[in-house]
Amino acid sequence: MILKGFVHKYGANVNTDEIIPARYLNTSEPKELAKYCMEDIDKDFVKNVKAGDIIVADRNFGCGSSREHAPIAIKAAGISAVIAKSFARIFFRNAINIGLPILESEEAVDAIEKGDKIEIDLANGLIKNLTKKQNYKAQPFPEFMQKLIKFGGLLPYIKGTKTGGK
Amino acid sequence: MGSTITEKILASHCGKKVVKAGEFIEPKIDISLSNDVTAPIAIKEYLKTNTKKVFDKNKIVFVMDHFTPNKDINSAENVKFVREFAKKEKILHYYEGGNVGVEHALLPEKGIVVPGDIVVGADSHTCTYGALGAFATGVGSTDIGASMSTGKIWLKVPQTIKFVYKGKLNKWVSGKDLILYTIGKIGVDGALYQAMEFTGEVINKLNMNDRFTMANMAIEAGGKSGIFHVDKKTIDYVSKRALRKFKIFESDKDAEYVDTIEINCSEIYPQVSVPFLPSNAKSVKSLKKTYIDQVVIGSCTNGRIEDLRIAASIMKNKKVHKDVRTLIIPATPQVYSDALKEGLLKIFMDAGAIVSAPTCGPCLGGHMGILASGEKCVATTNRNFVGRMGHVKSELFLANPAVAATSAIKGYIADPNELNNGAKK
Repeated sequence: MILKGFVHKYGANVNTDEIIPARYLNTSEPKELAKYCMEDIDKDFVKNVKAGDIIVADRNFGCGSSREHAPIAIKAAGISAVIAKSFARIFFRNAINIGLPILESEEAVDAIEKGDKIEIDLANGLIKNLTKKQNYKAQPFPEFMQKLIKFGGLLPYIKGTKTGGK
Repeated sequence: MGSTITEKILASHCGKKVVKAGEFIEPKIDISLSNDVTAPIAIKEYLKTNTKKVFDKNKIVFVMDHFTPNKDINSAENVKFVREFAKKEKILHYYEGGNVGVEHALLPEKGIVVPGDIVVGADSHTCTYGALGAFATGVGSTDIGASMSTGKIWLKVPQTIKFVYKGKLNKWVSGKDLILYTIGKIGVDGALYQAMEFTGEVINKLNMNDRFTMANMAIEAGGKSGIFHVDKKTIDYVSKRALRKFKIFESDKDAEYVDTIEINCSEIYPQVSVPFLPSNAKSVKSLKKTYIDQVVIGSCTNGRIEDLRIAASIMKNKKVHKDVRTLIIPATPQVYSDALKEGLLKIFMDAGAIVSAPTCGPCLGGHMGILASGEKCVATTNRNFVGRMGHVKSELFLANPAVAATSAIKGYIADPNELNNGAKK
């Protein structure tokens, strides 16, 4: 799959309270959550984001709470992928489980700037910066994760592998 | 090469003799936990699996603690949705209303979690149960939805960092100060994807309350889990509560650790984590005079009876500062009842504090104590991110119950050693 979009760039330790503050957690409707996505770190995000855009951030993206509302809000806001130097582990699980593409790449994060247009080849972990005419490589996922990603998330995986209950 | 306690617990739940760090496994779980914020999504995902019934109605726990007593119509609808599902599936452990307490204080108190368990919870502070010698970790709602069907979870076996706490604790220094200091030392992603194993002569002397507080905040260093070894204190705590038989695991002498970090506790003074990260831990003595508007004493981190006793010992026969709203939130109905019996609630009320029903409430900026722009608060909670307790321009300082209680009286962030009232820890 090829993803293409403009970059919204953030620093290290973007936490789930910034991605979707608890005052909006009384719903789990994706469209409703998307309205407030990134509100406490970038109040113009919702106004500026276009379908297909990509979030690029430094270390430990998505730290803090386990709220799946965070990747749900990001996905529903139109973001096609998140690239970071590293992800907090619960956010990482949640993104894989709900099928929000995420990639880890130090070199991409260091080079990419806000507003750059980039293209991601998910299958091969290649990131192309169309604005700067550069290419970067993402960390390959372990085999087990690749299987989950290939199924399209956790639910299709447990149905597909029949590890489900009675 | 031997195994860590974490590797042994994980191996025992997937029918293997040994598992090693880095390996992907799908172990059986003992408890699948979610709350009023995360359970609605988990149940909706579970329903998509078309499973006829949940894997085990006695191993699923729903605790309606975050926005309860329901703060608005949406929250009430969410709780109703979970309640109806729980009734239909005959879920044994459904907690709401007069039964509810903050989940991570409630489950150990009720004996729902026991040593050697694997507990997964759609709440990041699920790692609290590591204090009991269990493997416990926060996951997402879809994970919980799937686990309610399969009774399993997918996991990468974590590497373990061993922390060795040496020396002697200074006055008013508690588990909260040890963990804030530790997070300050290694950073908010210092233990990312890893298990934190807490050991050493200081740990052996800590009571269960302090151990719960430390394990609770492993996630604030990015950790997958925090874990303690089972000793006499653990057994004393668990044996009068456990609803199930349990198994004790311990790390081998030649277990493999990715790192060993020694901490000299004699150097640690009561800590305060200043905005906006838990890793901004500083000695309370080093802070300049910071006036505050609110104090919160409660949460899954520090809302147990031992925490309230410490706060009451400081607030006895004193008044909270006129400019400081002081909220005391007993974490569970049992804590509330014990505090009433021991006269602690009277001490708080006489001091001019507000005593609230058990709830997560303000800790995550839900309700019952939200901050306005520019307001500052000292809280015994676990996170001080931007906007965590309210307005994006409010500020939150994390501390132990003694620092919080002293600050409530003084009106600024204060060192309990400044008080000369003979209060004893």
